[in-house]
Amino acid sequence: MYIDPHVHMVSRTTDDYERMALAGCVAITEPAFWAGYDRSSPKGFFDYFSILTDTEPKRAAQYGIAHHTWLCINPKEAEDPVFAREVIDLIPDFLDRPNVLGIGEIGLNKNSRNELEILEAHLQLAADRDQMVLVHTPHLEDKRKGTRLIMDAIANFGRLDAGRVLIDHVEEHTVREVLDRGFWAGMTLYPDTKCTPQRAADIFEMHGTERLWINSAGDWGPSDPLAVPKCREEMRRRGHLEATIRKVSFDNPLKFLSQTGRFKTEVTPTR
Amino acid sequence: MESETPLPLDRNQVVDRYFLEHRAKVIDVAAFLDRVDRASGGDDDDFRLRSLRAAIGILLDGESDRAQRVLDLLSDPSEVPIDRAPMKGATGAWDGFEGDQEGNAG
Repeated sequence: MYIDPHVHMVSRTTDDYERMALAGCVAITEPAFWAGYDRSSPKGFFDYFSILTDTEPKRAAQYGIAHHTWLCINPKEAEDPVFAREVIDLIPDFLDRPNVLGIGEIGLNKNSRNELEILEAHLQLAADRDQMVLVHTPHLEDKRKGTRLIMDAIANFGRLDAGRVLIDHVEEHTVREVLDRGFWAGMTLYPDTKCTPQRAADIFEMHGTERLWINSAGDWGPSDPLAVPKCREEMRRRGHLEATIRKVSFDNPLKFLSQTGRFKTEVTPTR
Repeated sequence: MESETPLPLDRNQVVDRYFLEHRAKVIDVAAFLDRVDRASGGDDDDFRLRSLRAAIGILLDGESDRAQRVLDLLSDPSEVPIDRAPMKGATGAWDGFEGDQEGNAG
């Protein structure tokens, strides 16, 4: 039994829901993200938020998977602040829907001033509505700088408890700083551009298992919706205790996400 | 600081389990560099290649935390936001890296 706390099922087939259920997935959270193209109007986001709060929960429930979501405009579409603020204005009307856990995945992409401005607008919304936050950190060469800028922005903002913020996509060069500053941290298991299951297991061995989880971030690019069970198996093959494996793939996400008051690990299969 | 979840394998077990996988990866890197050499035309001073050669140097220096130090080497070291995002994607290495083709860090 496991939780995948970051996966973009809108980009995956229903077969993937079935395979995840067969592998033991009982609950997921799906942050709003960049669809691979820029939406032409804020109305595109209204439709997207409707999919995340209505269509996907039904699709997941067919296989007994509890579906949850986080809402935002992703930093890849934040370079136009006027457009981004129009999208942010849509979010409050969705926050009371039962599967919405908070604001995410917000953050930075290329570490630009406009991205930072829109990150701060999201932080304001989260604080005003007492929402938890899921943070995307930049890719590859931009990650270390962006992770620090994001943590500084949250600290400077001052109205959000670090224990209610998860900084995602950490790797060896960012994980320690994120944990030392009191945030939760997520490791994304990607074949090429983030952590492999083997490296994630290494990081647990080097940095412990407190406030740290794993996710697949399965989406429309090279990714694997079964990456979490594959990391569990990697840890099992190394001889780690079942309690340790359960902690990083079930207990830790459950502990963090339960702070929302809306997270559940059971749903009646509808299929 | 001792880890609460140490690696349960001894060194022989680690090598037995992972050697073939990483032998293949090293040969892939070698073949990639050969492929670059065989290719004609194009930029012969690509910052990504200079960064990769410097990263290989880290693998051989005998010090610990190699993965972290390779990631640090490939990272943008600046600290202030840029004025405007020039693109959405990332290249995998910092385009200001000044190391040379022999793998020396700048």
